[in-house]
Amino acid sequence: MSTIIVDYDSGNLHSALKAFQRMARETDSGEVRVSSDPASVARADRVVLPGVGAFASCRKGLENRTGLLEAIEDAVKIRGAPFLGICVGMQLLADLGREHGDTPGFGWIQGEVVRIEPSNARCKIPHIGWNELAHERSHPVFNGVSEGAHAFFVHSYRFDAKFPENVIASTEHGEKIAAAVAVDNIVGTQFHPEKSQRLGLQLIGNFLSWTP
Amino acid sequence: MLKTRIIPCLDVKDGRVVKGVNFVNLVDAGDPVEAAKEYDEAGADELCFLDINASHENRSIMYDLVRRTAEQCFVPLTVGGGVRSANDVRALLRTGADKVSFNSAAVANPDTVAEAANLFGNQCIVAAIDSKAVSPGRWEIFTHGGRRATGIEAVGFAKLMEEKGVGEILLTSMDSDGTKKGFDLALTRAVSDAVSIPVIASGGVGNLEHLVEGVSKGGASAVLAASIFHFGEYSIREAKEFMNAAGIPMRLQ
Repeated sequence: MSTIIVDYDSGNLHSALKAFQRMARETDSGEVRVSSDPASVARADRVVLPGVGAFASCRKGLENRTGLLEAIEDAVKIRGAPFLGICVGMQLLADLGREHGDTPGFGWIQGEVVRIEPSNARCKIPHIGWNELAHERSHPVFNGVSEGAHAFFVHSYRFDAKFPENVIASTEHGEKIAAAVAVDNIVGTQFHPEKSQRLGLQLIGNFLSWTP
Repeated sequence: MLKTRIIPCLDVKDGRVVKGVNFVNLVDAGDPVEAAKEYDEAGADELCFLDINASHENRSIMYDLVRRTAEQCFVPLTVGGGVRSANDVRALLRTGADKVSFNSAAVANPDTVAEAANLFGNQCIVAAIDSKAVSPGRWEIFTHGGRRATGIEAVGFAKLMEEKGVGEILLTSMDSDGTKKGFDLALTRAVSDAVSIPVIASGGVGNLEHLVEGVSKGGASAVLAASIFHFGEYSIREAKEFMNAAGIPMRLQ
């Protein structure tokens, strides 16, 4: 069993790797590696796409590595390997991102990524910090995560899903924000599980033992 | 609802936690990695490492500390001190930092910050602003650990940092730092009203009421403190319960 955290020069890889390795040991789910090698990604049993940064530059970072996008698509869409996108890695699942100009996403979960427009001016942007999760529908990756539990968010844009049934958890920051989206073998979290202490580790463990 | 954050700050010198009064008279307060682990377990909302005598030689000590901390702590870690370029940001992010703060380099060339924010996203770039009151309602920025006056007005500079794309302002009053008399609330309020990004209040916390005031009167989104936690005067939990009881929504475990 191998889980690949995709490296496309997108930020806090080391801290993500350590959280996944710890939970892989606890759930006995094999090795976790960071890689940008398309052949490794294409063979991976699970794929994690982290993402720190702007939508457009993350998309570009993926495209700059020849064959990487195709390898992710092979693993996830053709072979059905479980996929977890984190933060911008989740936003990239959309059809379109509006940050720094319009940029196409993977189009795996229909919707657009738009700037958070809080109704209350006291809500500062970026949305940084711990916020409560509300379950929209049950999902194996959220097993054991209680309603109202706190997760760590840091973002200025949100996933505006076309179909509400694709949103599995939400939070509030001057408006309703999708905290997690899912379809088939694909799940994405707007918050950072690798930075969300026990809740995050629980979720990572769930992902590593999930068989969609 | 988004909660107010408590951020214990570890001032690091030569690989050890230190805490000074008004940026001098440093007192040894232990191993940073051990301290970070304790804070993580105690429910700190984030952690902050500031390398207070960052130089080329001790850069590797800091990378090692950050790497070891990231292996054991699963809360966000901000690292600052001696950050000069986008390459420094990349190195720290790859080592295990989640956010990186600019101080002197942002003042010397604000476009450095813009470049880093473009590459890594504004959410992971913090502008650390150290300022002193020079007359009522006017604060100026000091760099190089508070040793060098710049004549730059602090509130305007905070707005410039927002325009350059930083995601947060870490605002330290050098008049208050280490005094235990509370934040400079007028400064905190002036900056948090001027920018739409979160402001972290820093400098001067001596008791739990000061943390409350930083939010209720200063308008801060997060409060940073060092010595009240390091020397065991208060626990993170006590601080959170106190703030929560004062009507500030906190993440309680």
